Amino acid sequence: MRLVILDEYNLASEWAAKYIRNRIVQFMPGPDNFFTLGLPTGSTPLGCYKKLIEYHTSGDLCFKYVKTFNMDEYVGLPRDHPESYHSYMWNNFFKHIDIDPANVHILDGNAPDLQKECEAFEQKIAEAGGIDLFVGGIGPDGHIAFNEPGSSLVSRTRVKTLAKDTIVANARFFGNDMSKVPTMTLTVGVGTVMDAREVMILITGAHKAFALYKAIEEGVNHMWTVSAFQQHPRTIFVCDEDATLELRVKTVKYFKGLMHVHNKLVDPLHSMKDYTN
Amino acid sequence: MWGRLPAHSLSGMEQRSPGSAGPCRPQPAVECRRVQNPPKIAIPRPQRRLYPPCCFRGFVTVLGTMPSNKSVSDAPITQFMNCRILKEQELQSEDLWVREGTILNPEKLFFDEKGYADTQIDCQGSIIAPGFIDVQINGGYGIDFSLATDDVKGGVSLVAKKILAHGVTSFCPTLVTSPPHIYHKVLPGISVQNGGAEGAGVLGVHLEGPFISREKKGAHPEQCLRSFQAGGFQDLLDTYGSLDNVALVTLAPEMPRSQEVIRELVRRGVTVSLGHSVSDLSQAEEAVQQGATFITHLFNAMLPFHHRDPGIVGLLTSDQLPPGRSVYYGMIADGIHTNPAALRIAHRAHPTGLVLVTDAIPAMGLPPGKHTLGQQVIEIQGLNAYVAGTKTLCGSIATMDMCVRHFLQASGCTVEAALEAASLHPAQLLGVSDRKGTLHYGSDADRGDIIVLGVGNQCDSVSLEV
Repeated sequence: MRLVILDEYNLASEWAAKYIRNRIVQFMPGPDNFFTLGLPTGSTPLGCYKKLIEYHTSGDLCFKYVKTFNMDEYVGLPRDHPESYHSYMWNNFFKHIDIDPANVHILDGNAPDLQKECEAFEQKIAEAGGIDLFVGGIGPDGHIAFNEPGSSLVSRTRVKTLAKDTIVANARFFGNDMSKVPTMTLTVGVGTVMDAREVMILITGAHKAFALYKAIEEGVNHMWTVSAFQQHPRTIFVCDEDATLELRVKTVKYFKGLMHVHNKLVDPLHSMKDYTN
Repeated sequence: MWGRLPAHSLSGMEQRSPGSAGPCRPQPAVECRRVQNPPKIAIPRPQRRLYPPCCFRGFVTVLGTMPSNKSVSDAPITQFMNCRILKEQELQSEDLWVREGTILNPEKLFFDEKGYADTQIDCQGSIIAPGFIDVQINGGYGIDFSLATDDVKGGVSLVAKKILAHGVTSFCPTLVTSPPHIYHKVLPGISVQNGGAEGAGVLGVHLEGPFISREKKGAHPEQCLRSFQAGGFQDLLDTYGSLDNVALVTLAPEMPRSQEVIRELVRRGVTVSLGHSVSDLSQAEEAVQQGATFITHLFNAMLPFHHRDPGIVGLLTSDQLPPGRSVYYGMIADGIHTNPAALRIAHRAHPTGLVLVTDAIPAMGLPPGKHTLGQQVIEIQGLNAYVAGTKTLCGSIATMDMCVRHFLQASGCTVEAALEAASLHPAQLLGVSDRKGTLHYGSDADRGDIIVLGVGNQCDSVSLEV
């Protein structure tokens, strides 16, 4: 496991974006060689998406040969509802880049048969050759995607009922009207993310500090589903100082001491411009 | 029926097809065309640089119906990029997507149809706004809508084509007070029609008079004035002949039986405007309660504002209007017919009701010099049209883009507000804001006309620079 600690949110977002950029560019994607990217929603990755859009605008990064799979979507929420994850992805990322809509995959929470929709999603991931890099965020209760506390650590894509905490936390997006908050979602399973060749998890803010502690300093535990990634061979946690508040001084010092090594992952920064010829 | 943006009108904008230039979507042009010597005109407030009107950079008539879901259409899609579009009272940095004359919801296109643009146009920071709507225009380019010529249709078409260059994509040809036989001959020749690359659309005729006040007749011929005292609405019908293509009627509310006439006009879907009148405020309020919604060229041809009886002007802040209703008012913002201070008073009192009109006379669009119009010889000097050999003004010759620019400058309002005064407000007035005057997409507000306003150092575009 790698733990990358940056001073603040913007730097953490930029580091993550640089890492994604380097991975895609060095992969040299092409018509017969798509890079497959797993994507999260929520407030944490916004800064990272902004940076990726900048790289695209400057011509350094291109998504023509990238396939994306999103982690989750609400059940029963109209697709064009401003809080749907379709809307989120369109407004915060897809409309700004050159990705082919045929290469974008987001679970359909309005599908007539939700179970089938989930199976089909797994099938599509398999057909795409698995996911090269799954980017994720976590909730304060340590959930990854919508794998709420208690989810099986080998779970696959499925319908999931939200925990009360999550519904209450989401109420602010729905006019503080609990009756309007979706209570069910479709989500990739912990096992689905574990299958990715590489996983990067963004954790920022003091309110996620306890979750980060549970994720990396305690044992693997299905009550903190993100802790499962201790057993993934290639996981990077990217966090800001605030998120480390619950960690041991020893842990923080050790990983900060490794920053010069980790920074080699994003420096030098590669560009598609270097590969066009 | 719509006009695809013709390629030749896009000089200066980059057209390209995705995938045609390397692995990435081409990036916004780094090298912008620079104009060697940008034209400059004297503007009193240098912080708001305005360039002279030449022509609009492009025109797309946007008509048709937005497919709601899972549509299959092979028609090519154009994406205007790197532009600011006027939406929900603000200029948003968003792309505009158009297919078959319809403004597309790109999110639906992306997720439902997995579709993308066939052509991308780099607008280089231009503003894209709904086309202007002129609800009061008496003619232009030598054409007088109030003349019963043998080719009324041709005259309207000519003006419709020419005003496109000034950003007007819909208009109401306006007839001043005329004898009945003129109405009977002219009105059947002007029909409501959609616009396109061939010309601005006609939203219906504006009949200004003859049921107006003798004291405030302005330039209307006195011998043609009429009343509906004897027969009420039937008198009006007999005078006009038919109301089939009529959108707007200006009348004086103090005339006997005006209330029943207003009621009947509104019932038939005709917008009623108050003007050329000596009405006091209570009479005007009564007219609004009967359904009148517009004031014809505020301040002009009505009683001057008096603090104990503000007259028609008082409607702007009246508390006697039916709930939820608001009054719109026309403003000739050519810098000549309304003093800028008066313009500001009206705008600040009631900003959402302001409708820019040109009230242009047939001399609008003619080059400087002497012209014969009907029985009159007139002389155009700069922005003024005089009766030849005198200093008597004979009407407005300002184009709509000039009015927008002057209003922006004189009122100190935002660019958004200035553009909406010439697009959204007239569309709301005429009840067509579901398809005109906005850039909305979706099921009920998906059609409209769009114009592209250049910004910056580009001399071949109308510029509104903030």
